[in-house]
Amino acid sequence: MRISGNDMLELIAFTLGDQEFCVEVMSVREIRSWTPATILPHSPDYVRGVINLRGVVLPVMDLSQRLGMAPAEPTQGHVIIVTQIGTQIVGLLVDAVSDILAVPASDVHPAPDLSKTMDRNLIRGMLPMDDRMICFIQLNALTVSIEREAA
Amino acid sequence: MKKKVLTVDDSRTIRNMLLVTLNNAGFDIVQAEDGIEGLEVLEESNPDVIVTDINMPRLDGFGFIEGVRQNDRFRAIPILVLTTESDAEKKNRAREAGATGWIVKPFDPSKLIAAIERVTA
Amino acid sequence: MDMNEIKEIFFQECEEQLAELESGLLRLNDGDTDPETVNAVFRAVHSIKGGAGAFGLDDLVSFAHVFETTLDCVRSNKLEASQDLLKVMLRSADVLADLTAASRDGGTVESSRTSGLVAELEAYAKGQPLPASAAAPVAVAPESVKTEAPAPVAEAPEPTDDSGFQPVPFSFDALDGEDELAIDGGRSVFTVRFKPRSDLYAKGNEAVLILRELAKLGDLQVRCETDDLPSLDMLDPEGAYFSWLIRVETESDEEAVRQVFEFVEWDSTVEITAGADEEAFSAPAASGEDQPMAAVPFDLSLLEDEPPVSAEAAAPAAPAPAAGEPALAPANMPLAAKAIAEAEKKETVVPAVPAAPQTIRVDLDRVDRLINLVGELVINQAMLAQSVVENESGGSSAVNLGLEELQQLTREIQDSVMAIRAQPVKPVFQRMGRIVREIADMTGKQVRLVTEGENTEVDKTVIDKIAEPLTHMIRNAVDHGLERPEKRTELGKNAEGVLRLSAKHRSGRIVIEIADDGAGINRERVKAKAIENGLIAPDANLSDEDIDNLIFHPGFSTADKISDISGRGVGMDVVKRSIQALGGRISITSKPGKGSIFTMSLPLTLAVLDGMVVTVANQTLVVPLTAIVETLQPEKADIHSFGPSQRLIAIRDTFCPLVDVGHILNFRSDLANPIDGVALLVESEGGGQRALMVDAIQGQRQVVIKSLEANYTNVPGIAAATILGDGRVALILDVDAVVTASRGQPLSPDMMLAATG
Repeated sequence: MRISGNDMLELIAFTLGDQEFCVEVMSVREIRSWTPATILPHSPDYVRGVINLRGVVLPVMDLSQRLGMAPAEPTQGHVIIVTQIGTQIVGLLVDAVSDILAVPASDVHPAPDLSKTMDRNLIRGMLPMDDRMICFIQLNALTVSIEREAA
Repeated sequence: MKKKVLTVDDSRTIRNMLLVTLNNAGFDIVQAEDGIEGLEVLEESNPDVIVTDINMPRLDGFGFIEGVRQNDRFRAIPILVLTTESDAEKKNRAREAGATGWIVKPFDPSKLIAAIERVTA
Repeated sequence: MDMNEIKEIFFQECEEQLAELESGLLRLNDGDTDPETVNAVFRAVHSIKGGAGAFGLDDLVSFAHVFETTLDCVRSNKLEASQDLLKVMLRSADVLADLTAASRDGGTVESSRTSGLVAELEAYAKGQPLPASAAAPVAVAPESVKTEAPAPVAEAPEPTDDSGFQPVPFSFDALDGEDELAIDGGRSVFTVRFKPRSDLYAKGNEAVLILRELAKLGDLQVRCETDDLPSLDMLDPEGAYFSWLIRVETESDEEAVRQVFEFVEWDSTVEITAGADEEAFSAPAASGEDQPMAAVPFDLSLLEDEPPVSAEAAAPAAPAPAAGEPALAPANMPLAAKAIAEAEKKETVVPAVPAAPQTIRVDLDRVDRLINLVGELVINQAMLAQSVVENESGGSSAVNLGLEELQQLTREIQDSVMAIRAQPVKPVFQRMGRIVREIADMTGKQVRLVTEGENTEVDKTVIDKIAEPLTHMIRNAVDHGLERPEKRTELGKNAEGVLRLSAKHRSGRIVIEIADDGAGINRERVKAKAIENGLIAPDANLSDEDIDNLIFHPGFSTADKISDISGRGVGMDVVKRSIQALGGRISITSKPGKGSIFTMSLPLTLAVLDGMVVTVANQTLVVPLTAIVETLQPEKADIHSFGPSQRLIAIRDTFCPLVDVGHILNFRSDLANPIDGVALLVESEGGGQRALMVDAIQGQRQVVIKSLEANYTNVPGIAAATILGDGRVALILDVDAVVTASRGQPLSPDMMLAATG
């Protein structure tokens, strides 16, 4: 997807620990509360397992762990953001949804080349908002390594 | 009054093309898949004109046309033969059987409509 | 419906016609002499040509045209359907299939493939078959076969217009080239004499409609001549007594005028002369009546409104009873029967056709949706049953009874829905015929494919997925299994090898066998190769069966060089993996010098599965029931340690390796104590039994199979997922993968690579 400066981006922001992240609303199918997942053997650590989403077997990814941060300890308060990534539907386990935003695409700044732990491919850019800083997730990149590791 | 066309063809493709073309041109359509069914549908549907294929299973176009011409109710109905046969032999056989006229496949819609209008009042 | 949808229908229909074509040709090849078989084959090609023409698929049309012409010769007994000709035709059918696919998918077919066959087909049609070897492309257009000259594909006659029809010869010689007749403004005048015969009316034509058509070209002056009209008592109501003299003033040419009479020229006399015949128009009618037959404009507007009335008024001699008028004579025989009787009288072959069961075509998506919904229903019903058991402490008997009936009904609905998807394996088997021909051609081997049980039904998804492994096995059988013709003759075998492909149902599964009468597995060579590749120890003591099964081992290939035919380095291990992925098994039996039999058994559906629900390390798993031989409660005395980490369980008089499922799946790092759990004795591919250790058995039930790949990816050791009565996802164990892993190959990415590569 190409971002041109004039386009408005509609985003859903959510928290992981004390940090804020966002994804495009267009990619979000629904948001549901956490339910325990069935563990998948021989899968990357950040893959929490699969849950039943009205008959669909939905893999759930611990986004915090995926981004190289501490694994989540999910409670009833945690939510799963159900996203469409390519042809697949993938659940992202996050702490809570914090905001819905509409910003011009020109507000998205390139991600700084700081982090060693976080895969830069996973970040589409940074969004400064008043005193907040929101990290824009590159959804397509999230599942790539699963295929690589499992394939 | 809309004119009613009976189309007899074993090819689903051609049946559908006829259906679309003739529907667009404002005709009512009844369909049959071969000569035997064509004769049955004829009795029930009472069409104004018939468009039939030649090569069909069970009863081919020649047999079908003869069947229609032997039916006192329908022996004067216009029958157009729809066929890819471009050689005169097939056309002559169709004429001997009692065909009114013919349309060579592939037909474009205007040719088909023109031929039908040519043989119907 | 739009043209794209019709095109879609066309390609669907092509598939059916191509199958019909091939099976018909094969029947002819087997000596079938029923003319209806030839007719059906002809119709198939004819139909493809017809549809292709409609969509402007010229390559397809040209090739089909040549093919059709040759078939027509066979159909009309001008040409004998010899084995050699049928061989050419079968190859032509293959090319036709490729051209169809190319038209659909936008590819191309090498012109050398078509041109060679075109030359051969045309030579046959001419009655001068080329010598079998001289199938070189021919660029020279042969002389005409019948009425038109079939030319090589590139310039084959384009049957896309009316020009193919040659008007029956009327002599207009005198008129040719008389174009100076043009009068003011480029308009020409023609005089037409038109005298219908009664046949014209008998065929549903109408003189008056012809005049209407003619009026579209320009201005008419029409005189109706009634001289031949007899007195009323002599009048045949269906006779033709009138003729017309018409002056046409038109911008069109003579050809256009003649075109108007296209449909009737056989059944009338039509004379078209250029220029006005003023004399004819001014002369008094020959009958001697005194009215001067000055050109009276013919009022055609009458026709626009009340056709039947005006038609009769304008042409009283036209007999045409309007449709719907009372029949003159009662039809005393049902029409169809009458028509058949007629047809038989004329010795047209109309075979008795058994009444086909009524069918409808349904979009596959709709069926899939229904199947999904029924799957949900099954899950919901299970959930409901479970919550009743949990909450109602036994539940009232009425509730329980209702639930039981619901379960019964759900099961029946599910079975019925599954039956909708069941399809005969025939289309896949038919495709194999082509594969065999191609490889036979490439290898120079002679092969006859015999198929059995083509009508055995199995779920469509299974059918779709067996084609590839089957193709591979067939190739393998011809390439490696069958000997060369010389060799076979030497061995006292028929030079032509036989490949038998069969399908049958056996205990809720479909069993497909591929048997060849070739050389059988060369065990010495297989063993040597396995030792060389380090698959087995040089001193390993293997049974014949063990050796045969080595060919399924990853990375094993007996072909000294990778052959183009059996695939680019893809071995039988891949075939095995893909069959296992379908929940199937494959095995081989072989007799040296007599041939080999590959047997694969597959589930009838990929949508549901009977499973045993078990607990392993607090996780719920489903083990396919078909894999389980028996369940055991291990006793301490039965368990024996073996080597560093292996444990064996004594079952009657044999020792069977124990496989700790929880450990293999990484659900726990320690080995479980077998005494605390249950052992499932499973039969694994490639021989031998294994005892799978699980913690507990929850029960047996049918589960709806859900793909993990749809939203995730392949998980080693797991075949698929399902949703249980508690609404949670449970994983379905891939028994063979787990057993393989227990042999020391971890469920590692490498292994999966081998499977998918």
